[in-house]
Amino acid sequence: MNAPVDPATVVLAADGLARTYELKRGLFGKPAYVRALAEASFDLKAGKTLAVVGESGCGKSTLARVVTMIEKPTAGSLTVDGRTVDGRSAADARLLRQSVQIVFQDPYGSLNPRQTVAAILEEPLYVNTDDDAATRRAKAQAMMRRVGLRPEHAERYPHMFSGGQRQRIAIARALMLNPKILVLDEPVSALDVSIQAQVLNLLMDLQEEMGLAYLFISHDLGVVRHIADEVMVMYLGRPVEYGTRDEIFADPKHPYTRALLSATPSTEAGGRRERIRLKGELPSPLNPPTGCAFHPRCPYMYEPCPKERPELAVPDSDLLVACHAVREGRI
Amino acid sequence: MPLLDIQNLSVDFKTASGPFRAVDGVSMTVDAGEIVSIVGESGSGKSVSMLALMGLLPWTATITADRMLFDGHELAGLSARQRRRIVGKDMAMIFQEPMSSLNPCFTVGFQIGEALKVHLKLDRKARRRRVIELLEMVGIPAAAERVDAFPHQLSGGMSQRVMIAMAIACQPKLLIADEPTTALDVTIQAQILELLMQLQSETGMGLVLITHDMGVVAETAHRVSVQYAGQKVEEQAVAGLFADPHHPYTAALLAALPERATSRRLPSIPGVVPGQFDRPTGCLFSPRCKFATERCVTKVPPVQGRQAGYALCHYPLAGGRPVGHPGPGATIHPDLQEVA
Amino acid sequence: MTDVTRTDTVAAAKVQTDARPGRLREFWSYFSENRGAVIGLVVFGLLVVVAVFAPLVAPFHPNEQFRDHLLSPPAWAEGADTRFLLGTDAVGRDILSRLIFGARYSLFIGVVVVSISLIGGIVLGLVAGFFRGWVDTAIMRVMDVLLAFPSLLLALVLVAVLGPGLVNAMIAIALVAQPHYVRLTRAAVMAERNRDYVTSARVAGASRLRLMFVTILPNCMAPLIVQAALSFSNAILDAAALGFLGMGAQPPTPEWGTMLAEAREFILSAWWVVTFPGLAILITVLAINLIGDGLRDALDPKLRRS
Repeated sequence: MNAPVDPATVVLAADGLARTYELKRGLFGKPAYVRALAEASFDLKAGKTLAVVGESGCGKSTLARVVTMIEKPTAGSLTVDGRTVDGRSAADARLLRQSVQIVFQDPYGSLNPRQTVAAILEEPLYVNTDDDAATRRAKAQAMMRRVGLRPEHAERYPHMFSGGQRQRIAIARALMLNPKILVLDEPVSALDVSIQAQVLNLLMDLQEEMGLAYLFISHDLGVVRHIADEVMVMYLGRPVEYGTRDEIFADPKHPYTRALLSATPSTEAGGRRERIRLKGELPSPLNPPTGCAFHPRCPYMYEPCPKERPELAVPDSDLLVACHAVREGRI
Repeated sequence: MPLLDIQNLSVDFKTASGPFRAVDGVSMTVDAGEIVSIVGESGSGKSVSMLALMGLLPWTATITADRMLFDGHELAGLSARQRRRIVGKDMAMIFQEPMSSLNPCFTVGFQIGEALKVHLKLDRKARRRRVIELLEMVGIPAAAERVDAFPHQLSGGMSQRVMIAMAIACQPKLLIADEPTTALDVTIQAQILELLMQLQSETGMGLVLITHDMGVVAETAHRVSVQYAGQKVEEQAVAGLFADPHHPYTAALLAALPERATSRRLPSIPGVVPGQFDRPTGCLFSPRCKFATERCVTKVPPVQGRQAGYALCHYPLAGGRPVGHPGPGATIHPDLQEVA
Repeated sequence: MTDVTRTDTVAAAKVQTDARPGRLREFWSYFSENRGAVIGLVVFGLLVVVAVFAPLVAPFHPNEQFRDHLLSPPAWAEGADTRFLLGTDAVGRDILSRLIFGARYSLFIGVVVVSISLIGGIVLGLVAGFFRGWVDTAIMRVMDVLLAFPSLLLALVLVAVLGPGLVNAMIAIALVAQPHYVRLTRAAVMAERNRDYVTSARVAGASRLRLMFVTILPNCMAPLIVQAALSFSNAILDAAALGFLGMGAQPPTPEWGTMLAEAREFILSAWWVVTFPGLAILITVLAINLIGDGLRDALDPKLRRS
């Protein structure tokens, strides 16, 4: 395995990533455009976890697909390991691809039901390396031990495992090519609480040992608070707040972040905090509100909000909060 | 007399690979005006027991119970026709997936009106008036227009509001909500929970809230019943449950929540919930319990008294310590001790 | 790995005594629940055995003529020769022997037709479902055209073009059956290709061919197996129909449909000459259809109860 990388290195940099989908409307209708992701910029450092938080339609899954190069961004650039992904050289793209792997939410859908665990784990090696069968088998066995699976599991099929164990298999597969970056798309949302803790512990151990950078996508703020170093909150395809975990959880600035935090049910005694009630529904990405996308639901809304979209960077400070009220010092 | 009184309910399913007991001797009561929550992980049988009560299980299920009293009526021996008179009127249910719980072929107004037509025999005009009134009650804006909307024109949150309107259409005495907010976003979940609690306190109905989310339980329920592998392992008032859980499973489950973690490493529960083929003898939690002794493996645990939260355990916890436990040396999983 | 994870794992290992029955046993338990399917399987098994060992089982050679026993009735009827269990036909051939050898042809037709249409259907369906776009449109429109003809008529036209004969009849029937396989494969591929495990394989760097044939195809087999079983019987029926119309196997081949055609003029005078080939077709087709139903019960997740 790789020696742990210097923790300060930026292994993945995204600059203004955007992804627009074209929706065809019938044969002659004008196509509609859905902006699923816009202006996503962040740095991912080795050994650190960046959590992306938001509700459905906020673009977090699109972000995962763009970062893993399943889809090409329509704008912006992605730099992996110091090299820009431009899709010009196929060989280059292949190499970069190996260093970003993904674990999906649903452990029942993400494993091929017709392959044994051994075949699932060996496939990335078979496709990408010149290892012979014995080497592949040995590497798969080593990885299985590492994620807490027993050697005799190798010949079994995914349906014989519980959700937690399947997620271990999915993690093992993602790590077979020694990636530097792991995109975790809601990796524990489908798991029961007791199993969730096992998988989170495993992820934290692996990060420490292998110096992995995690892009952790989740809607569960309890989990994010536990595992993240930095947090990016997204709303309707755009980042609205970006900061360290402590900043976001102790002193959230954006009204949406505040509402999200206060809406999350908590088990702590006297947990009935003052609750920020959000009016209305999540808007449709097909027809986003003008100006700041959050303004129809925002309790602090005032004149500039429906007219102009606020930038993420707040002038004269280190804050990254896309909100007029915060910029003007109103909240 | 409690509104709902279930004693020793068991549900067995016939499967291709033999019988499977999904609910095992569960007892519970719900009073009018009370919010009781059933929590458990997948496979705990929390939904199955309520579906059995509603008569919604497939033919492969066999239901046995000493008593299933609802509002003074015994439900166990009822014919389908007699049951229908109660289900949907005095007892209603909402489900996890609001989108698939509504029939896509009919308007929202028609679907809510059906219950009014069957149970209250309202005429067309009165039905429409009542439907609009109900939609307003559940907080749907522009209710008079939304009556004629089809389900696909509504978002998930709106659909769940419609489901709630449908459930409360005949002013039920008991509402069973099966994971009503699991499929919804956090901010919408908060709205729906608030709506349910507000309706419950206005109408004084009993509310059974089935969920896996401890946070939802803490913020809504009055009384909590914890289920594990088909058995009820503990029942307590909500404050007590979170402050001083009596069953080791409840304690472990709460400790595994990231928001309650005291260290970076989460105290997890090893292993998985037993399934059809690996059901332990004795206590069902014994293979995963850090306090388990020889006795837990061989003998079925007793139900403890009220003080100990009716815990189904040989050594119920009090203040985090197992009462009557022979000491750490007697546990059969010494390796689990250090995890704690 | 730290100690604590190891204890997690050890304990997990201790807890998990994996006793879930395997795939094959589960399949059999669903399949055997359908009694008709089991009966069908037994009948079909017998048929295969008889076909394979035809020279040993049959009392006579199928084309051997007994000139003094033309149209001899079955053994139990009056004036019968007990050597000919099911009687003889107009030129004195033993019907039982001909039926036994005919089973070989029927099974052969079924296997060949199903193989051709299955392989063609899988390739075309995979390509259409995987690439979508204009490739998909082109393939599917051709299939729609094929589907627009009445199937037997199309087969007749094809045989008329290719010339009558068993091999040409099989090719024609396979072509007619093709669109069903293509549509089925395409639908299954489209459902599978967006699943997470396919995306995972893509992220791992699998090539398109590998994705199509190694990753996706095995997961689309269940409906195809059911369709193969059901169209097996259809192939036998169509071949019999073509044979009956004189466009399939040519006399003196003991093919069941051809036998029926030869016996046409004796329908009123010698019932056994038509009845037994007809029954043979009926029983075979019924058995295979019953198996097909059982397969669907066992393989279709929608019909399963948990």
